[in-house]
Amino acid sequence: MPQRAADQSAGPATDDQPGTIPPVAELPPVAASAGNPGARGGTPPAARLVRLLEALWRPALLLAALFAGWWFVAEREYMPNYLLPTPGQVWATMTEDWSFLMRNTYVTLYETVIGFILAALLGLGTAVLIVYSRTLEKAVYPIVLFAQVIPKIAIAPLLVAWFGVGLTPKIVLAVLIAFFPVVISGVAGLRSTDPELLDLSATMGAGPWRTFRRIRFPNSLPHLMSGLKVAVTLAVVGAVVGEFVGAKEGLGYVLLVANGNLDAALLFADLFLMSLIGIVLFAVVEVAEALLIPWHASRRGGVPLTTS
Amino acid sequence: MSTATSTLTDAAVDITGLTVRFESKRSQTTAVTDVSLRVEPGEFVTIVGPSGCGKSTLLKVVAGLVPPTSGTVSLLGRPVRRPQQDIGFVFQRPALLDWRSVRKNILLQAEMRGLDRSVAARRADELIALTGLTGFEKALPHELSGGMQQRVALCRALLHQPPVLLMDEPFGALDALTREQLNTELNRIWRDTGTTVLLVTHSIAEAVFLGTRVEVMSPRPGRIVRTFPVDIPPERDYAQIMSDERFDRLATQIRGLLGAGANH
Ligand SMILES: Nc1ncnc2c1ncn2[C@@H]1O[C@H](COP(=O)(O)OP(=O)(O)O)[C@@H](O)[C@H]1O
Ligand SMILES: [Mg+2]
Repeated sequence: MPQRAADQSAGPATDDQPGTIPPVAELPPVAASAGNPGARGGTPPAARLVRLLEALWRPALLLAALFAGWWFVAEREYMPNYLLPTPGQVWATMTEDWSFLMRNTYVTLYETVIGFILAALLGLGTAVLIVYSRTLEKAVYPIVLFAQVIPKIAIAPLLVAWFGVGLTPKIVLAVLIAFFPVVISGVAGLRSTDPELLDLSATMGAGPWRTFRRIRFPNSLPHLMSGLKVAVTLAVVGAVVGEFVGAKEGLGYVLLVANGNLDAALLFADLFLMSLIGIVLFAVVEVAEALLIPWHASRRGGVPLTTS
Repeated sequence: MSTATSTLTDAAVDITGLTVRFESKRSQTTAVTDVSLRVEPGEFVTIVGPSGCGKSTLLKVVAGLVPPTSGTVSLLGRPVRRPQQDIGFVFQRPALLDWRSVRKNILLQAEMRGLDRSVAARRADELIALTGLTGFEKALPHELSGGMQQRVALCRALLHQPPVLLMDEPFGALDALTREQLNTELNRIWRDTGTTVLLVTHSIAEAVFLGTRVEVMSPRPGRIVRTFPVDIPPERDYAQIMSDERFDRLATQIRGLLGAGANH
């Protein structure tokens, strides 16, 4: 994934690096107000582009090298083409079977997104229950853990037997796989609230709902968002595994067909599209994160992949 | 909000025979023992003591956040049984919401209490001006220095015009210069608002500078070992007070009482 590398290239207007914190003088406050915090709210676009390029060139170089290696090996047929197709063959399949591939991509994307959304909602709800009630925590946590340690791939056939070969078992599987990281990160996030803030909230006479809405929930977002990023990539896995076990459409199904026909070009095209779904959805969550928690340290300095 | 149920004879804070014990499975800690303390409306009482002597616990009991093990506590003439709302609370750490601007952090107080928005907004702007935060209304906490953050916390604690302000080592994490400056501001705010203040510190200089009365606590289990009235007029100034021999005498006495445990 693209890393926003430690940005030495930050533009002139960034006042948000550790170490440069006191642009705001202590003495005297009146004079200090000349320093203008109203100018924050972002780096100029040019600097941002530079930073983006800076972050991208290393992974881009690595990818290019891998691609060149693949091209070389396949084109020279150091490996037979029915095992390793050339990029040209993959491209040809991609264009020829475009509408077929898009139809199946749509199916997998749909299962993944629905599964992810349900997992996010259920996971957050479960996290809230766990954090707010000791009794429920004792009841729910073991079940959550148990649901996590069952190998989901092993129950996929059961789900297909129960729900048929339609979309339902894939969505259920995506939910089951993506649910756990949401619960864990949600619990961690909600528990990370500064106890003094909760004390403060009590002296403000605020009820549990106000405290949740204004303090606990926003405070949990950095943790929660990193859980959601893990969850969204897992949801793809869930959907595809569901399709492996029993389906008439979807990228997992296409993969099985391609494999059966020794159609390596189709198989590769299919793999690309699967990865693309994962990457695009991950990026969507990243953007959501940037919009939701621009204030958080992980968003100020870069390094998007770490749990906060 | 402040209510009019208290009469002139009611103390702002009245503590008698307070003992607080924390029990866990493995250990038992007596944080404060047999503390009695009466704070009259408008007073500025400072409590000094070594760390761990139960100062924070004492404030939390007054706020209704920690129940007394024995003894009675009342605030503005009413017994304290649950978290109290007629107070403003400032902690050692600013405890601001990272995602809210300075102004919105201050207004949290109003939102949580469901106060009238326009009144609260006007009051917030007054406080921003009063504490020298003008120009930083839209800044986020991470863009501010520690002193500025603590000013925001102070504004938040004052927004609803609480009759009693509780402060737990509010300037303990700041450098000496900023600390003096904020002490001077706090002195002015206290004189302007007439709020009753109960402030805990481990700095002797701060305790004497701010207080109309200094209560000295012993190491844990904390008890009040002596009370020092500060007979210096309420309007205080660091430059003056440092050379005031009354200040010196008091500070020396308190230091003697506390031993080597305290700083400044
Ligand atoms: N919630 C709590 N549970 C158990 N022990 C506590 C709790 N709060 C404070 N204590 C203990 O009580 C003693 C006094 O703590 P505190 O009031 O924070 O002291 P101070 O503020 O003077 O440094 C300490 O030994 C501390 O460990
Ligand atoms: Mg303390």
